[in-house]
Amino acid sequence: MSAIYILWLRQLKRYLRSKPRIIASLGQPLLFLVALGFGFGPIFQRAGQGNYIQFLAPGVIAMTILFTAVFSGIELIWDRQFGFLKETLVAPVPRILVMIGRTLGGATVAMIQGLIVIVICLIAGFRVTNFHALPEAILVMVLVSIMFTALGTAIASVLSDFQGFQLIMNFLVMPIFFLSGALFPLTNLPKVLNIIATIDPLSYGVDGLRSALIGVAHFGLPLDLAVLSIIAAALVGLGSVLFSRIQL
Amino acid sequence: MIRVSNLVKNYGDFQAVRDISFDVDEGEIFAFLGPNGAGKTTTIKILTTLLKPTSGAVELDGLDPSVQHNEARKRFGIVFQDPSLDDELTAYENMDFHGVLYKVPRKIRRERIESLLKLFELWDRRNDPVKQYSGGMKRRLEIARGLLHTPKILFLDEPTLGLDPQTRNQLWTHVKKLNEDERVTVFMTTHYMEEAERVAHRIAIIDHGKIVAQGTAQQLKEQTGGETLEQAFLALTGSTIRDEDASSVDQMRSMARMFRRGRS
Ligand SMILES: Nc1ncnc2c1ncn2[C@@H]1O[C@H](COP(=O)(O)OP(=O)(O)OP(=O)(O)O)[C@@H](O)[C@H]1O
Ligand SMILES: [Mg+2]
Repeated sequence: MSAIYILWLRQLKRYLRSKPRIIASLGQPLLFLVALGFGFGPIFQRAGQGNYIQFLAPGVIAMTILFTAVFSGIELIWDRQFGFLKETLVAPVPRILVMIGRTLGGATVAMIQGLIVIVICLIAGFRVTNFHALPEAILVMVLVSIMFTALGTAIASVLSDFQGFQLIMNFLVMPIFFLSGALFPLTNLPKVLNIIATIDPLSYGVDGLRSALIGVAHFGLPLDLAVLSIIAAALVGLGSVLFSRIQL
Repeated sequence: MIRVSNLVKNYGDFQAVRDISFDVDEGEIFAFLGPNGAGKTTTIKILTTLLKPTSGAVELDGLDPSVQHNEARKRFGIVFQDPSLDDELTAYENMDFHGVLYKVPRKIRRERIESLLKLFELWDRRNDPVKQYSGGMKRRLEIARGLLHTPKILFLDEPTLGLDPQTRNQLWTHVKKLNEDERVTVFMTTHYMEEAERVAHRIAIIDHGKIVAQGTAQQLKEQTGGETLEQAFLALTGSTIRDEDASSVDQMRSMARMFRRGRS
């Protein structure tokens, strides 16, 4: 337990000490909110879909968590390159605990970023309509954070340097975001897009947040939570296996 | 305490360690000497669970580090040849992190961190982030951290790399003391022959992945007719420089590694 705690604490300290990183990572959600939220708002309204900021905010929150979490997981590559990874790998702590400590640390960082973005959204005009479902919203955020940190860790466990990083960003993380329903409603989509959105785990995170915060659902909160839990558990499992196979 | 038999390690189709065997007794200080690229660090990585051997057997206090990882990890401490600190954390935090991972009780942890940081003259800078340290200070911190918990076996992979003579002296005095007072078995590598001669009970010389001689410093000198250990070393390993011919091959190897990705 103390091992998990100290690994978690380390991730958190690193995050809190890098102010530029905190600020930089808030730029993107802000841009989406302003450019898309206010830019597409009138069209969305005219199409009879209601207030776009209301619709977009949960997507932007999910996006923030996705990027922060994957990035926190992928930080493992840094640790490998700067050598610190060796220190944790020879310690008499089962690697699964090391992996869990790292994942919880990364997930906490993603959570914090997500909460900051909620505040930004509120400032931009987002209004929570379902206050009683706030615990569910938090739960969705936690699951999305854990899921994608574990994914990042799993990926970083098999990459030895940053050569593959851009590939992962462009062909995995970006599609996960753009095809998730974070930006558009999942109703009346072309078939292919609909299938992709249905297997995209982030869709369930976005939908979960939307159901909890503004009471608009596509899959419905129970299904969202079930899918997120299962995939998060699977990815933590996969991450643990790949992480414990690391050789230096 | 350490037993290596017919150990082989291949990186792709390059043989870094070619069928080596040796034993290190409990309470012994054993020096593993060899030119650059001889396979010393590779052997240490296998002994410390970071790498799996291609073939052959290794034993650490009766345990197989490639199977009983966690039990084996409880037995040793290590100072790596390459950097392994967290630059964003302070010296104290790096030490504390280590202490918690190795389950050193809080009170003892505090005392030992203080005494080790004082011994290596880092105490005044303990709250500075490591990224503000000089190369030698980082090295000192690595060593202090490696000595924080008291393991049965201590691996020192070129611990004195880049250190000033004062600190080198400090280190070896401390290591000898640990060895004498607590019977810690020490497995060390160094490129300074006088250090090996000063502290090691026995020496093995490895070249191109093969052990070419083993014995006490005296025996090695007699065997080669050299007057100093350095002469004996050169007689056994020749005087060509290894980095030169290794570098182009190394580059190809790291290219190959990039393509292979999943490390072997
Ligand atoms: N990850 C790796 N992939 C491919 N080849 C490697 C890898 N690590 C080491 N080697 C090669 O294995 C050989 C032995 O390397 P090793 O690090 O064990 O040498 P060493 O004896 O510790 O040398 P030094 O005195 O320079 O530290 C070298 O030729 C090196 O290029
Ligand atoms: Mg080496």
